[in-house]
Amino acid sequence: MEKVFMKGNEAIAEAGIRAGCRFFAGYPITPQNDIPEYMSRRMPEAGGVFVQGESEVASISMLMGSAFNGVKSMTSSSGPGLSLKSEGISTMAGMQLPAVIVNVMRGGPGTGAIQGAQMDYLMATKASGHGGFRMIVYAPSTVQEAVDYTIRAFDKAEQYQQPMLIAADGHIGAIMESVELPEMRPVANMKKNYEFFPHPGFGKTRQQVYSVDLNLKAQEDFNRYLADLYDIWNRDEVLVEEYLVEDAEYVIVTYGTSSRIARAAIKALREEGVKIGMVRPISLYPFPYDSIRKLDPNKVKKILCLELSIPVQVVEDVELAVQGKIPIESYGRAASLVFTPEEVIGYFNSIK
Amino acid sequence: MEKIYSRPVSLNPVAFNYCPGCLHGTSQKLLCDVIDELGKQEDTIAVMPIGCSTMGMFAFDFESLGACHGRAPAVATGVKRTAPEKLVFTYQGDGDIGYIGFSEIMHAANRGENFTVIFANNGTFGMTGGQMAPTTLIGQRATTAPLGRDPSYGQGMPIHMSELVASLPLPVYVERCSVDTPAHANATRKAIKKAFDIQLAGKGFSFVEILTNCPTNWGVSPVQSIAWIKEKTYTEYPLGVYKDITQEG
Repeated sequence: MEKVFMKGNEAIAEAGIRAGCRFFAGYPITPQNDIPEYMSRRMPEAGGVFVQGESEVASISMLMGSAFNGVKSMTSSSGPGLSLKSEGISTMAGMQLPAVIVNVMRGGPGTGAIQGAQMDYLMATKASGHGGFRMIVYAPSTVQEAVDYTIRAFDKAEQYQQPMLIAADGHIGAIMESVELPEMRPVANMKKNYEFFPHPGFGKTRQQVYSVDLNLKAQEDFNRYLADLYDIWNRDEVLVEEYLVEDAEYVIVTYGTSSRIARAAIKALREEGVKIGMVRPISLYPFPYDSIRKLDPNKVKKILCLELSIPVQVVEDVELAVQGKIPIESYGRAASLVFTPEEVIGYFNSIK
Repeated sequence: MEKIYSRPVSLNPVAFNYCPGCLHGTSQKLLCDVIDELGKQEDTIAVMPIGCSTMGMFAFDFESLGACHGRAPAVATGVKRTAPEKLVFTYQGDGDIGYIGFSEIMHAANRGENFTVIFANNGTFGMTGGQMAPTTLIGQRATTAPLGRDPSYGQGMPIHMSELVASLPLPVYVERCSVDTPAHANATRKAIKKAFDIQLAGKGFSFVEILTNCPTNWGVSPVQSIAWIKEKTYTEYPLGVYKDITQEG
């Protein structure tokens, strides 16, 4: 393990290289530009390929080609770029091609605010494109987690032969922290391990990979296969941190950079004797419903959803888990503006 | 008697899914023929588009993958950059390459990617039912240009892909061919062979446009569609080599 002081975006790129990523294609957009810049100099050193795509759309399409060849592949962007990439991400889900996509989230809608925010929760978790597909979505809260979950995303992409998403808010991309980098992994070609869902019209003897099946029964069977896969993810792939929830009368639900601010607020409130804790989803999808479902309505007076987004988006999943049994409040800031721990405490005191 | 011709080995023994009289089958058979001649069945990866062209997926007995609409040259970039030893080509129609995928074709060509683009130009959106394509002729009727394509009505002029690609500095070889007669089909076969040879020699980007037909959406018989190519298509899209720098430097 090598300990370095590194910026989040560059750490994500280096983590990709160390996980065995040898193809990167991307397009400039703030606040993720350090990733393609870093890759442009690092990828040739590692014996891989960097391409500056002519567009977001072309960049994700290039990943289809490299993933087809069994090369671990990565692209990165931010909100508007993710909208453009959605066609390709959906298609890769349909083609069963693995890749890691990084969204260094900013404000929205539209061009929005170009610094860090957390405004793509619903897109990331419900519909990163057409056709009802899902990705495992990791939301790191430190540069160390950005490294760890980028590597895990490559493993999961390969394990499930599906695209995976890192939803890092722009602050994680921009901050510098000390981080332990793992050893460089030996690069293994994945191609021999590919197993595709059987389609009757093609691909019987050769690797022929499409997201279309003119045989409607076969297409429906494939849709069912994906639905079953998402059930498996919901059973096996939930990652969550529960912080001081044991005796909590108030529970904050938040992730990424917001969770660091929440943690500071919780520490301060605990010193005043307030029984408050936090449920922090690390996997935004699959969402840790159970961690919220198990909260005792007789003990927990309120749940507070915190997000750098207006409207607060994560509240929709919290509502699904709570089923009206515990009152829910939500507080957000948008336009790349960030709440302070004092602001969170002030809001808490106004709703408790 | 000696057998002098048979189905290419890399062409599956299945019926093409195309309409009666459609020349996509001819073009795709020629491709397979060249791949056999080069002995590359095991080392070819085809990147297929959206549209009628993509139904080659059922015919080709070699590796292939399906791009999103227009994105085949970007997908092929990812394929070829990570497998330089493979023979990689895209097979795209005119809506795919001239409208929605215009950026992808121009930038792959401008980077001088070392793969081959086969462009089947029949001046219509076949699969979706005959809408106006970027290559639809002036006056030609389409379901979205019911009075015929009219530039003064904001429907633009027929776009000339071979000429545009040839205007870029890095493409090595650009030729427009046709499959309306046996002689032209043979010339197309030669052009495909030349393009693939260029790629296999690592020389760079090659582009072969094939003028083809769509009796169904042109609203004519297969035989009339051949006359149409001769009388109308050639006038707008002259056959010929638009760029060939294989002999230079």
